[in-house]
Amino acid sequence: MNNRHNFAAPRLSLRFIPVWRRNFLVWKKLAGSSILGNLADPMLYMLGFGYGLGSLMPEVGGARYITFLAAGTVCYSTMNSATFEVLYSGFSRMHVQKTWDAILNTPLNLDDVMLAELTWGASKSLLSGLAILAVIWGMGLQQSWLLSLWVLPVVILIGLTFSAMGLVMTALSPSYDFFIYYFTLVITPMVLLCGVFYPVDRLPDFLQIAAAWLPLSHAIDLVRPLILGRIPTYIAGHVAALATWGLLSYWLALGLTRRRLLK
Amino acid sequence: MSLLRARNLRKRYGDTEVVRGLDLDIEAGECFGLIGPNGAGKTTTLKMLLGLIAPDDGSIEILGEPVPLRGREARLRIGVVPQMDNLDPDFSVRENLLVYGRYFGIADSVIRARIPGLLEFAGLTSKENARITTLSGGMKRRLTLARALVNDPELIVLDEPTTGLDPQARHVIWQGLRRLISQGKTILLTTHFMEEAERLCDRLVILDHGTAIASGSPRDMIAAEIEPSVMEIYGETVADWGAQHGHTLCERFEITGETLFCYTRDCDRVLDQLRAQHSLRYLHRPSNLEDVFLKFTGRELRD
Ligand SMILES: Nc1ncnc2c1ncn2[C@@H]1O[C@H](COP(=O)(O)OP(=O)(O)OP(=O)(O)O)[C@@H](O)[C@H]1O
Ligand SMILES: [Mg+2]
Repeated sequence: MNNRHNFAAPRLSLRFIPVWRRNFLVWKKLAGSSILGNLADPMLYMLGFGYGLGSLMPEVGGARYITFLAAGTVCYSTMNSATFEVLYSGFSRMHVQKTWDAILNTPLNLDDVMLAELTWGASKSLLSGLAILAVIWGMGLQQSWLLSLWVLPVVILIGLTFSAMGLVMTALSPSYDFFIYYFTLVITPMVLLCGVFYPVDRLPDFLQIAAAWLPLSHAIDLVRPLILGRIPTYIAGHVAALATWGLLSYWLALGLTRRRLLK
Repeated sequence: MSLLRARNLRKRYGDTEVVRGLDLDIEAGECFGLIGPNGAGKTTTLKMLLGLIAPDDGSIEILGEPVPLRGREARLRIGVVPQMDNLDPDFSVRENLLVYGRYFGIADSVIRARIPGLLEFAGLTSKENARITTLSGGMKRRLTLARALVNDPELIVLDEPTTGLDPQARHVIWQGLRRLISQGKTILLTTHFMEEAERLCDRLVILDHGTAIASGSPRDMIAAEIEPSVMEIYGETVADWGAQHGHTLCERFEITGETLFCYTRDCDRVLDQLRAQHSLRYLHRPSNLEDVFLKFTGRELRD
């Protein structure tokens, strides 16, 4: 297949569902440790920093620091969960366990497998986002029930976007070690630039301009107001930014994966 | 009726063409073998036939479907045993069958109804709930075969189904394959065990460097290509024996290492001569498919 074929538009089909179910069945077997691993970490950070730092700075961006941080943590945790899933578990399924090879011998094709990875990554991240949201609800941090419910569709969008971005790395990766680059060069800088822990307007101008292009900023600009009880501004712009990152990444990831495997 | 028809298949990797203008015709209900040394292009050919990789040239029709265009529809009716085991290590034996069946769009209730029969076929009834990591190599291979039958396929494609198995395990697989043949399934298998091809295949193609260098039924090929008897002669002085007697006593002979293969129609003369030689051991046997294979592909090491 030549490159023009590899980067042709995704062929969408509902046949991906059995692959999603396969991943769900694996997850169900390990649900206990998986939930603990996915959720304990962000929750401890949020509570530790929230109360520890929060006691030093009572008000950030017009809200209690723990509430401010909780909104950032929803996005951070959603992003991380999708990223880990498609990088490490996805690579294992593609390259180590050869699960994809087995699937490709059935009526499914690579486009179905990739769609399953994308939606599964987003499903795992929905779970993480939901858990943080549950803590927020449990502590009564949200200012409006109704608005905080709107966080859920946003979390799904964030999950899809970061799953798609991670799949680009998975498509390129020769081994697990390769993913360190992605965390060091992409994920960590994004966490520090996009306002998870502190408001972006505290950063120098040029960093603020850089941050405005990054998907995590748009995620936080949507989620934080919803937790703080306000309707976000520029909703269409933020949604479009996340969707653009997601769609372009997915198209690239699919092309690269086709080039890698269908030869 | 031709169940699989491929014409002028070609596939290039970098500078080497690994499949070079291969034609294949497989009839419904037959067992067809694709045999060849390592790197001959067997797996590449199967992948093209299944629509997993696109050939650079040529045409394929399987079960009436043009491939790769309608590869999905073709694969719905094909079962595949890949060269490398890729069972799902996270699942039990039973779950492997269930999850795999779902990929074909088969309802859970239908798969559940098929599982006992598949487990019985694979001799794994008592292992239903065992984890994959606890199975022996032979059990894994049998489960992979059972998994390939979950969609009740018309064509079963097996890439080296018995490589790495001990003789007992290999016989169990052969027994299973014969059962499938007697049920009227069509089988396409690759192997480099000539005994396997000779036992199971109605027809076969010998593939080397991506081209078919011989084809036909094993029996016809042996009769057409090889003298009926072979003397295998072993010993340090075998080369001297060859130089002295080879040309007079054998119709054809070849030496690899310390073994001389003497092909002949009249083995009594060779036997008389050998009885006088105390430094040489020998074995007299009828010629087989391996002799045909080696005649065509040569005796030097591949890969
Ligand atoms: N994806 C690939 N990229 C580059 N070269 C490849 C690729 N796949 C196969 N080859 C090369 O093509 C040739 C044929 O490989 P193939 O796997 O079809 O052989 P085979 O007959 O199945 O061998 P074996 O008995 O070892 O399984 C080999 O030289 C192999 O190195
Ligand atoms: Mg092979």
